[in-house]
Amino acid sequence: MREVAVVSFAQAKAKRRELDANEVEILMPVVQEAVARSGIPKREIGFTVSGSCDYVAGQPFAFVSALDAVGAWPPISESHVEMDGAFALYEAWVKLQTGEIDSALVYSFGKSSMGDPAAVLNLQLDPYTLAPLGIDAVSLAALQARLLLDSGRYTEKDMAEVVARSRRSAKSNPNAQLRGDVDPATLLAEPYYASPLRKHDCSPVSDGATALVIAAGDLARKVAKRPAWIRGIDHRIESHDLGLRDLTRSPSTALAAERAGARSGRFDLAELHAPFSHQELILCEALGLADGVKINPSGGALAANALMVAGLTRIGEAARRILDGEAKRALAHATSGPCLQQNLVCVLEGN
Amino acid sequence: MSEPVTSIKTPIRLEYSYTAGRASTRFLRGMSEGRILGQRCPLCRKVYVPPRGSCPRCGVATQEEVEISGKGTVTTFCIVRIPSENLSVKPPYAAAHILLDGADIPFFALILECPFDQVRMGMRVEAVWAPREEWTASFGNIRHFRPLAEPDAPFDSFKEHL
Amino acid sequence: MASATQSQGRLTAPHILEYPYRRSVGPVLSRFFTGLRDGEIVAGRSSDGRLLVPPPEYDPATGEPLTEFARVADAGSVLSWTWITAPKRAHPFQRPFAWALVKLDGADSALLHAIDVESDSRLRTGLRVRARWRRERVGDIHDIECFEPF
Repeated sequence: MREVAVVSFAQAKAKRRELDANEVEILMPVVQEAVARSGIPKREIGFTVSGSCDYVAGQPFAFVSALDAVGAWPPISESHVEMDGAFALYEAWVKLQTGEIDSALVYSFGKSSMGDPAAVLNLQLDPYTLAPLGIDAVSLAALQARLLLDSGRYTEKDMAEVVARSRRSAKSNPNAQLRGDVDPATLLAEPYYASPLRKHDCSPVSDGATALVIAAGDLARKVAKRPAWIRGIDHRIESHDLGLRDLTRSPSTALAAERAGARSGRFDLAELHAPFSHQELILCEALGLADGVKINPSGGALAANALMVAGLTRIGEAARRILDGEAKRALAHATSGPCLQQNLVCVLEGN
Repeated sequence: MSEPVTSIKTPIRLEYSYTAGRASTRFLRGMSEGRILGQRCPLCRKVYVPPRGSCPRCGVATQEEVEISGKGTVTTFCIVRIPSENLSVKPPYAAAHILLDGADIPFFALILECPFDQVRMGMRVEAVWAPREEWTASFGNIRHFRPLAEPDAPFDSFKEHL
Repeated sequence: MASATQSQGRLTAPHILEYPYRRSVGPVLSRFFTGLRDGEIVAGRSSDGRLLVPPPEYDPATGEPLTEFARVADAGSVLSWTWITAPKRAHPFQRPFAWALVKLDGADSALLHAIDVESDSRLRTGLRVRARWRRERVGDIHDIECFEPF
């Protein structure tokens, strides 16, 4: 395994609605900052890969237009996934493993505010038996939440506490959207939105962008004082038939964690991509995180959730704390698909 | 018993509300005033019309505004013979790439008011605007392009833009 | 051509993305949808003997094509539900309703559909529901208009 590290990270401030800038205008400063901070000249970066979803913008090939933010001349080696940028990172990591290149720029962006993200995500579903019903991502998550509560392993109060902690942690994150001190009891007094989920149990709609640069071995050591080494990265997917899955557990997260080497050793923090409060509970259980591990110090996806960006942001937030010397070992997670169908786990470590 | 089901209709429909972005907003406001506004890259100095706020080559923001005339050159074209529901023009008609004087990238438009088989590379054309009272914040204020009574532009003057 | 309109000094424009897809269903889903058109629910038998509905094209464990089918009841029990008070445009009802995972009698997996009921006070895990069939059926998932308590 070739040693690969995150050497820089940048993000746009998440906003409920970016009214002035288009995607390229949001993304360009983020890409420029990530490249500048990497210490690697842009033309020497070996590979560029993005994660985004054209349906968020409602435009076919929206991801191609986004290359205007990068400046693809002379022609660059480039790729794209119609998924969260975390999975674009995985592709970049694999490419570095081949030894063909020593560095890669990974970015993701999304202006979710232009449409209805929960409705956009309907298009991920089985097109014959599920999507035609018109069901949205929040309704699906709500069905999962009820199953979790019925299992007796967690309560609505546990969910409210996840939200309260997320908002509180987000106070120290200038890029988060929802922050503040909220009392779980106050949250529990709110009406249901899609029972048993309340509005605050669901991540906000956000516009945003994230970029990071990864580099291999000696190059990473040369450009970063404390590279955030990717010690393991793996992703697994479950059936697309929701009726066949145990929605109260996340076996794909557990397996990805095992394969990424996340089962052993201590973590200072874990950034988990849980767009719904009950999903953080499921993920923590699947990961078997020890007590005392700080969960989502950034506030997580409940504090800001630009579609297709939040997963890469988790990896970036975890890596940043290692790059800054705040943490030694971190776990980052990203999800894709309805009800935690597909999950990526990444173990990051400082020198 | 009738035939087994072999297909199902699965229409999809999503609604969006777009905001124009900074560069497009400048351009569209210009359109509503009958002006064509491009933007110049601070590094390579190229002028883009319509502008998108960034130089696709350099990957930097463009801000300097450049007003462009409605006169330009056909860099390439094709004759369309397939009808389209969305167009009022009946085929065959000429669709072209037009490089406006002062701009560095061509854009797509129709050439009308001339026999389609007279359209050629290098042909000089000018924008035909809708009546002023119909102007909105839209590129559609320019209905099409028509020939200009000028000698053709030499190939060398546009060969970099093919 | 679409033109932008002013909104608080900003240019905005609506955009509708529509695709009129018609999808060929293949032999397995053909059994399922033909069954729906005929007013019955067809499940597929997996390698471990379970009856799965909707039937998957390939066995979840072995990956082999499914070849055995059996009818299951059009009534069953609610495994999970959510009460929707503010339906979206694409939802099956524009009044409050529930989504549910329903374990049909005889089936070993859950079918996702809507439940039409006047209030969420009746909803609970384990509630017995039955399909409300459309009078005119064409062979798609909407042939079941929804489920309702009985």
